[in-house]
Amino acid sequence: MRAFSYEKPASPAEAATAASRNPEAKFIAGGTNLLDLMKLEIEAPTHLIDVNGLGLDTIEPTQEGGLRIGALVRNTTLAADQRVRRDYAVLSRALLSGASGQLRNRATTAGNLLQRTRCPYFYDTAQPCNKRQPGSGCSALGGFSRQLGVVGTSDACIATHPSDMAVAMRVLDATVETVKPDASTRTIPLGDLHRLPGDSPHLETVLEKGELITAVTLPKPAGGTQIYRKVRDRASYAFALISVAAIVQRDGSGRVAIGGVAPKPWRVEKAEAELPRGAKAAASALFADARPTHENAFKLPLVERTLDAVLAQARS
Amino acid sequence: MVAAGACAALPAMPGAARAQPVSRGEPVTASVSMSVNGENRTLQLDTRTTLLDALREHLHLTGTKKGCDHGQCGACTVIVDGQRINSCLTLAIMNQGVQVTTIEGLGTVDDLHPMQEAFVKHDGFQCGYCTPGQICSSVAVLDEIKAGIPSHVTADLTAPMAVSEAEIRERLSGNICRCGAYSNIVAAVSDVAGRQG
Amino acid sequence: MKFDKPAADNPIDRLQVVGKPLDRIDGPRKVTGTARYAYEQHDVVPGQAYGYVLGAGIAKGRIGAMDVEPARRAPGVIAVVTAKEAGALKKGKRNTARLLAGPEVEHYHQAVALVVAESFEQARAAASLIKVEYAAAEGAFDLKAAMNEAKKPEGDDPSLDDTKVGDFAGAFAAAPVKLDETYTTPDESHAMMEPHATLAAWEGERLTLWTSNQMVDWGVTDMATTLGIPKENIRIVSPFIGGGFGGKLFLRSDVLLAALGARAARRPVKVTLQRPLMINNTTHRPATVQRIRIGTTGEGKITAIAHESWSGDLPGGGPEVAVQQTRLLYAGANRMTAMRLAELDLPEGNAMRAPGEAPGLMALEMAMDEMAEKLGMDPIAFRLLNDTQVDPEKPERPFSMRRLDECFRVGSERFGWSRRSARPGQQRDGNWLVGIGVAAAFRNNLVMKSGARVSLDAQGIVTVETDMTDIGTGSYTIIGQTAAEMLGVGIDKVVVKLGDSAFPVSAGSGGQWGGNSSTAGVYAACVKLREAVAQKLGINSTEAIFANGEVKAGNRSLPLASAAEAGPLTGEDTIEYGDLDKTHQQSTFGAHFVEVAVDAATAETRIRRMLAVCAAGRILNPKTARSQVIGAMTMGAGAALMEELAVDKRRGFFVNHDLAGYEVPVHADIPHQEVVFLDETDPMSSPMKAKGVGELGICGVGAAVANAIYNATGVRVRDYPITLDKLLTRMPDAA
Repeated sequence: MRAFSYEKPASPAEAATAASRNPEAKFIAGGTNLLDLMKLEIEAPTHLIDVNGLGLDTIEPTQEGGLRIGALVRNTTLAADQRVRRDYAVLSRALLSGASGQLRNRATTAGNLLQRTRCPYFYDTAQPCNKRQPGSGCSALGGFSRQLGVVGTSDACIATHPSDMAVAMRVLDATVETVKPDASTRTIPLGDLHRLPGDSPHLETVLEKGELITAVTLPKPAGGTQIYRKVRDRASYAFALISVAAIVQRDGSGRVAIGGVAPKPWRVEKAEAELPRGAKAAASALFADARPTHENAFKLPLVERTLDAVLAQARS
Repeated sequence: MVAAGACAALPAMPGAARAQPVSRGEPVTASVSMSVNGENRTLQLDTRTTLLDALREHLHLTGTKKGCDHGQCGACTVIVDGQRINSCLTLAIMNQGVQVTTIEGLGTVDDLHPMQEAFVKHDGFQCGYCTPGQICSSVAVLDEIKAGIPSHVTADLTAPMAVSEAEIRERLSGNICRCGAYSNIVAAVSDVAGRQG
Repeated sequence: MKFDKPAADNPIDRLQVVGKPLDRIDGPRKVTGTARYAYEQHDVVPGQAYGYVLGAGIAKGRIGAMDVEPARRAPGVIAVVTAKEAGALKKGKRNTARLLAGPEVEHYHQAVALVVAESFEQARAAASLIKVEYAAAEGAFDLKAAMNEAKKPEGDDPSLDDTKVGDFAGAFAAAPVKLDETYTTPDESHAMMEPHATLAAWEGERLTLWTSNQMVDWGVTDMATTLGIPKENIRIVSPFIGGGFGGKLFLRSDVLLAALGARAARRPVKVTLQRPLMINNTTHRPATVQRIRIGTTGEGKITAIAHESWSGDLPGGGPEVAVQQTRLLYAGANRMTAMRLAELDLPEGNAMRAPGEAPGLMALEMAMDEMAEKLGMDPIAFRLLNDTQVDPEKPERPFSMRRLDECFRVGSERFGWSRRSARPGQQRDGNWLVGIGVAAAFRNNLVMKSGARVSLDAQGIVTVETDMTDIGTGSYTIIGQTAAEMLGVGIDKVVVKLGDSAFPVSAGSGGQWGGNSSTAGVYAACVKLREAVAQKLGINSTEAIFANGEVKAGNRSLPLASAAEAGPLTGEDTIEYGDLDKTHQQSTFGAHFVEVAVDAATAETRIRRMLAVCAAGRILNPKTARSQVIGAMTMGAGAALMEELAVDKRRGFFVNHDLAGYEVPVHADIPHQEVVFLDETDPMSSPMKAKGVGELGICGVGAAVANAIYNATGVRVRDYPITLDKLLTRMPDAA
């Protein structure tokens, strides 16, 4: 870990100013991913801006009947919020399936969205990785790729986004609020936050330099039966091999987003149109452009079978 | 620089940093004060020092263990302001003014905490290295259930919480025990939960 | 004391303290965080500096150039050690690869440098400034590709030989029912919770190492060889060990580098291997490919059995001895075993909990299940039909004690085996397919020379000193129980001091020999102390009865403590073994029962119930012995369901080299586990009449899980771990 200076501003505006002053700075919130990466020098900021004191840790109702979740709301707090449990159960479930109790107590809403891939080659600094070191190559292609992406990937990178929470937020049509260093704010649909890797996998989001996430907003409750089904080898404390977030209405229509398969929560409009026809039709639309490796091709039938079970559960 | 990190990307803009500049990797130090097991402690620390290393290497409270240093094992679990966390993934300087309870603060050899006593009685450990983390986690888990925080195995998110073996197993899954004392740990935690009523 | 005749009645048989389920005497320290491990010895020596290890970034080749100057100049840095600075180093007898690379690199993450600095943070940061240029060489990393080149293992060890009895080929060809299948087990990691760690301090020529090591004397010996200094100049202190499982049997790079770092820095240095380095830097259980052939009569009598195993290791290394149990577990007149060793340039393979038997039984006991099905027999009945009371290779040589049949009978009753459906895929519970499986547990009982010193003071306190280690096994407690029993005192009057090379050399912790052998050594020392006490009190030692803090002979009764009034009395001795383990095959036995549920949609397997019934001689402490067994069952469950070091066959390393990537079971994976010990004593094993139990629990349990999965789904997976991707497309159609 490189030496760094540290400051803890008191407002989002101060944080943005601090960021603009220091080009090699990083914001730190829960720290559960950033410090992990700093210890390995995958991240090497020379200045840290601690955003834990910005007052971004509340969950408020919106005028539209939704919820505005502060960027610093901890995963535990969000999962346990009575309104979330009642009206956005898929989000509670997704959060509770992730990481461990200890990590959820510190991990934040915005940090969870911006956590980086868990691809083992990204984590090993002796190995080529286009995401970590642009242009060095992708070791995962042709290597150990069982956990990695099957769709939305590229010849430069097959990493997945590891979040469970983001998959649920995607199916809930969440939007992200940000503030830029010039104090301007904007709203980004969650589906637009993460980029696909293309030939520049080191660029992971559409956020501009110094742009700080301040909140995630959920629209008014979607109703329906909300299910988050995470599939993994180990029964707990493991990243998803795949996950299915679904909101299914009585008439069989609904929404679905898939985790563990792509560089972002994977949601395809056409697949949702196919949903009433069943899992097979929906899965084939979800994976129309899939390019799995030999080691992770099982994720395709796995998603289909899991989705089928989720739809059956929703019907019962 | 890459647009990623804990919270957001940062600009490559010119301008002087307000905080102390970093040259040639010279360590930056800062003062941090916290209450550890009820005692106020102030330390002058390299900003890079984790809470875990502050406890182990600076306060010599070595009951809190370093098993992986990356949030993958739970051996470093301590209770900060009533919540269990992995002390390896938080900087000491981020914990200004907090109250930390470590295994040493729960009980002593001559005056064991009920959870410590139950671990001995049920042989809820073997090598002992994950044990302080398991115990701190267990104490916090029972509080979490009391506080109505749900878990992955909670059947009904809107119903009142209850202690069960399945709940204990799921909630303690962030504490790995390679010796495989799980079955006995669950017995110990259930025993304490039963006595707490 | 020479143990060369079966044990007669002795003071241990009184069972006043031994055999009781006492709480661990080191328990209160462990649960309060006051048991101090290797990296936590802040007060033993002042001025401790921090070392941080840099591992090689290639699997095989040479270091072309290494620039350590930026690290040397970095803030807080005191010294940088590389092979160049270290000077001539030899290699310890028990190491395959060198512990410090340069210029050759033998495996990925082999240590190339140590940076010593004032703080951990400074050492870590400086280590990243070292620039190494490598000339990478081609290596062999794929066991299956290297199998054809594999050779018969070299060396004098007869256990490595091919074995042959009768005419296997003829009998197999003639057998009306036969099986010929190949099974694979992956590379696995010990993944003990405490990373390897050492604090080293030089005082002139003398070196003290506070470390985490299972075998203190091996460590001293190999360290002396490596540094080329006399053994007497080295002291190892290893009082608490945060898990080992074989991974801490040997001298590892933390020890050597701490010593070299301390010499270079001229002050004490402590080093711990960072978790992401550990898996490739240290040893692992090697992968195997195993071919098993079994031929039987139509009634299920085995007439031919063959077990061949292929594994790989670095040049100079050894094979995973996966065929051992097949020589002894089942009867059959015609038999053969063979092991072949391929040269691989992966990190060093070596012992992990039940080396040989653990992966060997994962294959053999799955094959037995498959064979029973072919025969239309109950898997337990098939095993019992082929049970034997003698060494099948040498029928004149009996087992000292073998109650495998009773393990199965007791277990099947308790577990409800009769409710099993012989046809797989029949039991459904909601979305789950449910099945049960069984397997035999078998592990040889090894006996090892072991010494101890026991003294008595005027307060009646008995102190035991031995270099034996407690790696979670309960050594502190059973040694305390042994001394208490022998001297007729309560365990509260016994102080146990372990893990210091200043104490008599013990068996150490490995191969499940530690419990029986080290307590037998304490027994021997206690016999000496009893003689000294009797002599002091003027009592005939053969008549003396030590009980309740007193020594009685005839109608005389004197307080034990009075013998030490004039000064402490000490007894020191070593247990040594004759040929009882040659005349009699000594082994431990068990039966594992497992119930699994497999998700009908996702093929995720979750274990619902586990039972082990064990016959392992006298159980010295049922509480700690039970813990050993459930812990081993847990590790076996991991091996069956999730543990696998992923080999990058191009780059030659284990890719998932941390605890997020290498998944071991967590709480949610493990149900309540039940263990039953058959009541037995084995007088052939030692005066304790005990045998090992620490590894028996992992033997066979993986196959029991696999067989339960087959029973639940009808899908047979012969490549461990049995992950959902291997089941998924072959799952029965959802009802």
